[in-house]
Amino acid sequence: MSAIMLSHVSKSWGAMRAVDDISLTADEGSLLVLLGPSGCGKSTTLRLIAGLEEADAGTIAIGGVDVTRLSPADRKISMVFQSYALFPHLSVAENIIFGLRVRRVSRAERDARLRRVADIVGLAHLLDRKPSQLSGGQRQRVALGRAIIAEARVCLMDEPLSNLDAKLRHEMRTEIRALQQRLGMTMVYVTHDQTEAMTMADRVVLMRDGVIEQNGSPEELYNRPATAFTARFIGTPPMNLVRQGDHLIGIRPEHIRIVSGGDHAARVKAVEHLGADSIVLCDIDGQPISVRLDGFSKVQPGVDVRLAWEAGHEHRFDPVSECRLETSARQGRLATSDG
Amino acid sequence: MTDLAALPPIAEPRARSQAWWNAVNAWLLLLPAAVLLVAFTHWPILATIRHSLFITKRNGDEVFVGADSYQAMAADPIFWKALVNNFWFAFGTIPTSIALALIMAVWVNRNMRGRGFLRLAYFTPTVLPMIAVANIWLFFYTPDYGALDQLRGLFGLGRWNWLGDPSTVMGCLIVMVIWKEAGFFMIFYLAALQQLSPDLDEAASIEGASRWYTFRRITFPLLMPTTLFVAINAVINSFKLVDHLVIMTKGGPNNASTLLLYYIYEVAFTFQDSSYAATLTVVLLMLLSAIALLKFGYLDRRIHYQ
Ligand SMILES: Nc1ncnc2c1ncn2[C@@H]1O[C@H](COP(=O)(O)OP(=O)(O)OP(=O)(O)O)[C@@H](O)[C@H]1O
Ligand SMILES: [Mg+2]
Repeated sequence: MSAIMLSHVSKSWGAMRAVDDISLTADEGSLLVLLGPSGCGKSTTLRLIAGLEEADAGTIAIGGVDVTRLSPADRKISMVFQSYALFPHLSVAENIIFGLRVRRVSRAERDARLRRVADIVGLAHLLDRKPSQLSGGQRQRVALGRAIIAEARVCLMDEPLSNLDAKLRHEMRTEIRALQQRLGMTMVYVTHDQTEAMTMADRVVLMRDGVIEQNGSPEELYNRPATAFTARFIGTPPMNLVRQGDHLIGIRPEHIRIVSGGDHAARVKAVEHLGADSIVLCDIDGQPISVRLDGFSKVQPGVDVRLAWEAGHEHRFDPVSECRLETSARQGRLATSDG
Repeated sequence: MTDLAALPPIAEPRARSQAWWNAVNAWLLLLPAAVLLVAFTHWPILATIRHSLFITKRNGDEVFVGADSYQAMAADPIFWKALVNNFWFAFGTIPTSIALALIMAVWVNRNMRGRGFLRLAYFTPTVLPMIAVANIWLFFYTPDYGALDQLRGLFGLGRWNWLGDPSTVMGCLIVMVIWKEAGFFMIFYLAALQQLSPDLDEAASIEGASRWYTFRRITFPLLMPTTLFVAINAVINSFKLVDHLVIMTKGGPNNASTLLLYYIYEVAFTFQDSSYAATLTVVLLMLLSAIALLKFGYLDRRIHYQ
């Protein structure tokens, strides 16, 4: 009933192709994350789904109905804007219930829903304030409240947590995900934070310069990055990409060990202690490589170490196209890299 | 605190002279503006009030008469006529010109072809000199040859002396002033509309609000500061109008188009009665100050400023 389907959608401004022939599907009741660096076209894609921009080409369907030419109101969605878009002259409460007033929801129900939503977003004590009297994070929560009170089948969120502190962000992340699952909403969630994407999404669509780089579940993006770009984007710290001869090899920091008999000579540059684990930044043939070690690592910067990893953990990419090379090619590499 | 105490004893007088010097500097910076304001605004107001309490004899002596001039004014039918005219004039021009300005601004603010040209067209009446405006409208209103009478002729109606008839002269002035002011006020509304974030409209449209609902609940309240500014200006303008009257009607016929400022002008320069003119001016000043007080004391607190 509420699945979102984009097929071959494009949008350009002059010569600038902000969204270039994108096709994707968000299944009913699932959370799809649009992930990508700044300026890659995430907001534009979201605005196309909302109907705030008109697609130059392609079709958009919500719940099986072609909505490409429908107005935003007729698409029956709710949305959190990147800029919050709060009404500056209305109180927090009036901002949140704006849509309910438009739809003439009865006063009793309005109040009940407002109380529930205010609790969820933690604004119960600020309902009489004006947006200008709130902090950035509080404003963001008002925008969130306005979107979820509608209980629309489809909810679009444009970086709704970007201004919150780490703790609140974590709480809200869990809260949004739980709410989305409880209400069975179909949600498209824009972020450039890959942690958010990995923890919340049923499906992640990674974008780059207006095109889809990879579309898959979080594990797929993590375990089988389709391109070197995906590999560099996902993971903290992201996958190491090392050029060896005419090969581009990817290896996750957690799959590398420092052992005396390792196959690869490296020099330690720096060590970052994160508490539960440490990141050792090394240099291998002039290329940076990071190693994740459990606990508090005692490796000193400047020492020479030897690194080892299992061949099964290696990802291979074409050095020119940066596309993933499948395992059939891997056997050949094993022979050459030993030198 | 302890730091201060530990400073050598000389520090305290130096800090004090520093503060003194700061204050002197501040006053010196304010001085040019203050001098101008006092010389050309405050002093003339006080002088006018004083002048309204005296009459000047033919030989130049001033005689204190107290409130005599005010009593004479209360008994002056032309004064009352001018005041009532002014009220109707304000009532006829202000709401209509503001509403028109708002409608035109909302219309011209959209993305459409020829937008720049339309904006210019609406603004033209404002940049025309008053004299030119009066002449254009004289052409419309002239009996027999004027545009309006030619139009009447097409329908077989006879001539009508638009500006010469007490029943139509005020209406004619009102229409002309609306034509002139609406374009001017539109520019303010247009500037304010362009300050509003388009996100707000988008957010409202996603919530399903109609254009009218969005205008009523979002756009119009956010334009309130502009509306207030424009309204105050309109009120002041309606009391300041004098040049059109000089050219078009001279306050006639039978004082049907006399407004307060025009009456002051007549009393002062035609009848050469400067102390009565001062009395009338004090009334005008009081009216305008009442409006200013209303704005700063009451309306400003009820309006959302960004
Ligand atoms: N109204 C517009 N006119 C012209 N170009 C635009 C417009 N809106 C977006 N763009 C361009 O389209 C590209 C994609 O923009 P978009 O807002 O979708 O990026 P984004 O992925 O949301 O980035 P961010 O993470 O910084 O919000 C950008 O290069 C931007 O400059
Ligand atoms: Mg964006």
